[in-house]
Amino acid sequence: MAAIEILGLEKTYKVGFWRKRPKRALLPLHLTVEEGEIFGFLGPNGAGKTTTLKMLMGLVFPTAGTARILGREWTDPEVKAQIGFLPEQPYFYDYLTAHELLDYYGQLSGVPARDRKHRINEVLARVGLTDIKGLQLRKFSKGMLQRVGIAQAILHDPKLVFFDEPMSGLDPLGRREVRDLMEQLKHEGKTVFFSTHILFDAEALCDRVAIIHQGELRGVGAVEELTASVQGKVEVVWQGTQVPSSIKALGAECHVTGDTVRAVLDEKQQDAAIDALRRERIRLIAITPLRTSLEAYFVEKLQRSETTASTVGTAVGTKA
Amino acid sequence: MNARIVHIASNTFREAVRDRVLYNLIAFALLLSGAAILVGQISIDIERLVVINLGLTAVSLFGVVIAIFIGIGLVSKEIEKRTLYTVLSRPVRRWEFIVGKFFGLAGTLAVNTFFMAIGVFGALLYVAHKFSAADATILVALYFIILEFLIICSLALLFSSFSTPLLSAVFAFALFVIGSFADDLRGFAALTHGVTRLLTMAAAYLVPNFSTLNVISAVAHQQPLGSQLVLHNTLYALFYSAMALSGAVLIFERRNLK
Repeated sequence: MAAIEILGLEKTYKVGFWRKRPKRALLPLHLTVEEGEIFGFLGPNGAGKTTTLKMLMGLVFPTAGTARILGREWTDPEVKAQIGFLPEQPYFYDYLTAHELLDYYGQLSGVPARDRKHRINEVLARVGLTDIKGLQLRKFSKGMLQRVGIAQAILHDPKLVFFDEPMSGLDPLGRREVRDLMEQLKHEGKTVFFSTHILFDAEALCDRVAIIHQGELRGVGAVEELTASVQGKVEVVWQGTQVPSSIKALGAECHVTGDTVRAVLDEKQQDAAIDALRRERIRLIAITPLRTSLEAYFVEKLQRSETTASTVGTAVGTKA
Repeated sequence: MNARIVHIASNTFREAVRDRVLYNLIAFALLLSGAAILVGQISIDIERLVVINLGLTAVSLFGVVIAIFIGIGLVSKEIEKRTLYTVLSRPVRRWEFIVGKFFGLAGTLAVNTFFMAIGVFGALLYVAHKFSAADATILVALYFIILEFLIICSLALLFSSFSTPLLSAVFAFALFVIGSFADDLRGFAALTHGVTRLLTMAAAYLVPNFSTLNVISAVAHQQPLGSQLVLHNTLYALFYSAMALSGAVLIFERRNLK
């Protein structure tokens, strides 16, 4: 059974003084996350990651579309007893201690009173928060609050956990601990869905990732599958604004930025491309092998969209 | 009552206590002890009347100020600080959150009123040296004051569900002032004709009628209060609060939490 099925969720906000100007925060999104996997939801800031998570949590209502979580309608409040959620930069009732806060959340999640104290101590130890009894949350550092946030998300032993930027505010050791925790959750059979813009974390942890940019899903799959598509490629950069037809014929993906052209092509076409540039007497600036990583794939997806956008912009400008 | 509502209500009460809201009792105690000593020295035969008037009015005003200033932040503060995210991502319905908050604030005010009532009776005993049977009507006046708080809490929550704290405070306080003169407003509406009468009548009946809940003067003058009035006021306050609370729920159910 799929843990999460997002079936065309989309969100358009009305902005401006009269709220008449539509702003699309998320284009129709279709995504399936299988049970027991760690799924990374990647994208730059403002890509639509938090909007998607908020919609799944019922905090923001979608303009259209639906979703199923653990086989049930995502709006069913009972589903929420089986999911945990860590919001981005969490903030809690600062007049409470961590134990009181978790006790309150345990009550709301229906954790039986006889189990609560034990569960609270267990999750706090799991996120590395000990010796904090009696200390109000207003005296906690940002990193400690992030740990409390993770503790409250797993307090009720949920089957599915949503983390929005879980490494935010943590030091390198803390990030490592959270990565270990996510792996432990996976080993316990839980599904972890987390959003991040730190690709290293995603690459190290995720079974599959989805890349979202400007509210649109740009790619989804296992990290190895995605990075395979950019393996063995080189980036050739030259001065000018023209792409010789002989280079186009090599199947290069070309992007013109200012007075330089960047072409991404197969490594085996590298010599042919250099020959073509020499023939055309074009000044070569650089040849760089593309790193085989999620980052390369991510950058390529983002660059492609920006080029498309600029091409469309130019076309519209010309037409006008 | 639904367990989640009880938990939200108790947390709201705990927040008020930790935010030192009940410290207002110190100010109240100082005011009342000062007044009792002063009245004992300057009033002849009307000590009881003055203490009841002053004491109950202070109970009402202190409570109204607390109800408005806590009530207006109950929802908006939670949205602004994003503490709501980790509550609503649990099996908590939005209406349960609103109702829980309402009962939490109402509970805070009830406890506050209980301690202030002890103060009023203490001051009364100080100036009159004994209680009379007629003093029992003070309890009815206190009950009406609590009903008044229920209406204000629900209105503050209603405004808080869609507006900023500042505007909510303005709206709630304006309604409190207008509602205190609701009887006059109804009398004025009765003098008009045609469409104006229809509109003014609608407005007069739409605003909360706090004047019917204010029996402080009658109690101070030892006038009897009929059981009919108690029943009428109870039903009125419960109905009005339920309506305002339903409005708050309806708005909050549709609100995007950005």
